[in-house]
Amino acid sequence: MSAVTVIYALMFYAATVILVAGLVYKIAIYARTPQPLKIPTTPAPMTRAGVAWRMTKEVTVFASLFKSNKWIWLFGWMFHAALLLVLLRHLRYFTEPVWTWVALLQPFGKYAAFAMLAGLLGLWARRIVVDRVRYITSLSDHLMLLLLIMIGASGAAMKFIDSAHTDIVALKAFILGLMRFDWQPLNSDPVLLIHLGLVIVLMIIFPISKLLHVPGLFFSPSRVMVDNVREKRYVRGWTASAQPASGESAK
Amino acid sequence: MADFETPKLQEYPIIPHIKPGSMAHSSPFVAKPDHQESVGFPGELVDNWEEKAVEKLGDIAKNNKAFKVFLDTCVKCGACTDKCHYYLGTSDPKNMPVARQDLLRKVYRRYYTFSGKYFPWLVGAEDMTKEVLDDWYSYFHQCSQCRRCSVFCPYGIDTAEISMAAREIMDTVGKGQKYCNEIIGKLHKIGNNLGLPEPALVDTLEGLEEDVKDDTGVDVRYPVDQKGADVLLITPSADFFAEPHIDGLIGYGKVFHQAGISWTLSSYASEAANFSMFIGSPDNLRKVAMRIRDAALDLGVKRIVVGECGHAWRVAYSFWNTLIGPFDFLDKNYPVPQHIIEVTHGLMQRGALKIDKSANDDRRITFHDSCNVARASRMGDFPGGQFVLPREVIKNVANHYFDMAPETIHENTFCCGGGGGLLTDDLMELRVKGAMPRMQALKRVVEENDVNFLAAICAICKSQFTKTLPYYDFPMDMIGSVHQLVSDAIVLGAKD
Repeated sequence: MSAVTVIYALMFYAATVILVAGLVYKIAIYARTPQPLKIPTTPAPMTRAGVAWRMTKEVTVFASLFKSNKWIWLFGWMFHAALLLVLLRHLRYFTEPVWTWVALLQPFGKYAAFAMLAGLLGLWARRIVVDRVRYITSLSDHLMLLLLIMIGASGAAMKFIDSAHTDIVALKAFILGLMRFDWQPLNSDPVLLIHLGLVIVLMIIFPISKLLHVPGLFFSPSRVMVDNVREKRYVRGWTASAQPASGESAK
Repeated sequence: MADFETPKLQEYPIIPHIKPGSMAHSSPFVAKPDHQESVGFPGELVDNWEEKAVEKLGDIAKNNKAFKVFLDTCVKCGACTDKCHYYLGTSDPKNMPVARQDLLRKVYRRYYTFSGKYFPWLVGAEDMTKEVLDDWYSYFHQCSQCRRCSVFCPYGIDTAEISMAAREIMDTVGKGQKYCNEIIGKLHKIGNNLGLPEPALVDTLEGLEEDVKDDTGVDVRYPVDQKGADVLLITPSADFFAEPHIDGLIGYGKVFHQAGISWTLSSYASEAANFSMFIGSPDNLRKVAMRIRDAALDLGVKRIVVGECGHAWRVAYSFWNTLIGPFDFLDKNYPVPQHIIEVTHGLMQRGALKIDKSANDDRRITFHDSCNVARASRMGDFPGGQFVLPREVIKNVANHYFDMAPETIHENTFCCGGGGGLLTDDLMELRVKGAMPRMQALKRVVEENDVNFLAAICAICKSQFTKTLPYYDFPMDMIGSVHQLVSDAIVLGAKD
């Protein structure tokens, strides 16, 4: 067993623990923190089913962003949709035998890498070209884009550039080995090691960065609250602990 | 006139390039010690204020989901950057919603996140310093908490929540805003924002009854503290004497009169406004609202109706049931609270009011959706009723109605520029510049449709436009109440 194999195996385990534990921790905080008052941004749905539909539109077609800014929507949606395809395609390395629908995705997932990169480059261009967006951009925002672009580019390189190909059968054996706690050797092709190393970085920073927008969206009170407070009394947190007693205002 | 340039109204809306620091000088008067203490805050900046501010910030993040989630979730995509009327009117980048939030977010990151604690330079985290506090004081008083940014944010991040929290933190360490805190103190003491005591209120309303009698020959009552009345009307105190607000109050009275509804005002709860929301103070918010529950119980009314006021309707619609409910002592056949527009609209639908539309034929009317009504409340029993009902009421009493451009009305509406506790003369430059996007939309309907009347259902909008319309070469009396239009068209005494 090579040192590379041992290091990457251990890093993958550590990163998985950090990603899962970190997200569970953050989600638990979001879920537990009380929202004392009803603050849906109106007009808002008056039923839970209505909210589910509102959120479905936000998650699948980025409805608010579309209303807001067509360029950010175009690049952002392209990136996210392509990333989803790419991730689903990668399931083939985690399953044996490969599920049929994953196999069917293969041709789309393969080329989605380019859409993903185009979207990311578009978003980055806005950070540089548009003065308002440049003003609000931190170093971490640039680095996040750089990280995603390098992951996408190294992945696409292995797929589409002959000299960067890696032994995909051996890679799959390594990944399945990780999942079954039966380690198999990892080939030490530089592009592969870069790709996997950056994915590990992404997993680790997920719960401590702006990538928290993924769980955050589902806890955003202005989007997920039902507009029914006149019909159904709502109390949480300090509004639950301070119940009205008549005559109190005179104090 | 103060020494600044009124923005030029362009042919088409233009997103300005950033001019850093262009509004750094704008800051409202600081509350005096007695203003501070009257609302439960330290009189002046406490000794260890840095520590206290950071502690309070953490405290809010623990107890307010919106605040916590909004601080964590922003990806700096830039979708909100051109949505704030203050940015559009001033070009100051710190008036872009995300940049305004970042003034607070950078401190949150420094003290409460891993990346900010160990890599502040990477994520733009900063210590709580005097410079930061001054920046907060300036720019969190350049936000009218109108929620326009939250409509356009892909995560619904609402800068209003951040600016309320920032003001609460500043109040807690002893740096409050004079305008809001003085007013809230007055309300605690006397019952309304103006400090109008009971005898003065009674006097004013008696005078009003005489005026209406002179004008119409009909005895329309404007009762105060009438026990056993069906309806308690809670309305902004500006309605009692300010122009054009008072014409709206006259209209509410005529509607009740004509529908045969017995109603009363309360001298104890003579204010719909609740400025505690602007400063994000839970204790004050509840205490101010509680006067209304107490007045309703004391007077033994069956319904509570709220007059034309934007943030007051948000507090009433969205917060009252939570803060001062349950309202099991009121008549369950009516929503609690009910907006006066809902009342008038319902009566019109039933044909209970006789209207002579031609009375408003000299008016060519447009409607300004007030931000808090549009994006933080509802009217009627369907989403968006807050846009439909006021327009239907107007169209029921007038023949000439024209909407402004769709991207400037309904949930896209632009704030008047004076909301959120900024309706004070020490912020006149900000108010004039912040009104620009609305004035631009107004200019178009004035030019294309000869509009000469801007109807609103908010006391702050009415006062703000009265002041700012002349800066843009519109007549100041162009602004008026929706119920002023109702008042002029309603045919008294005549029942079908």
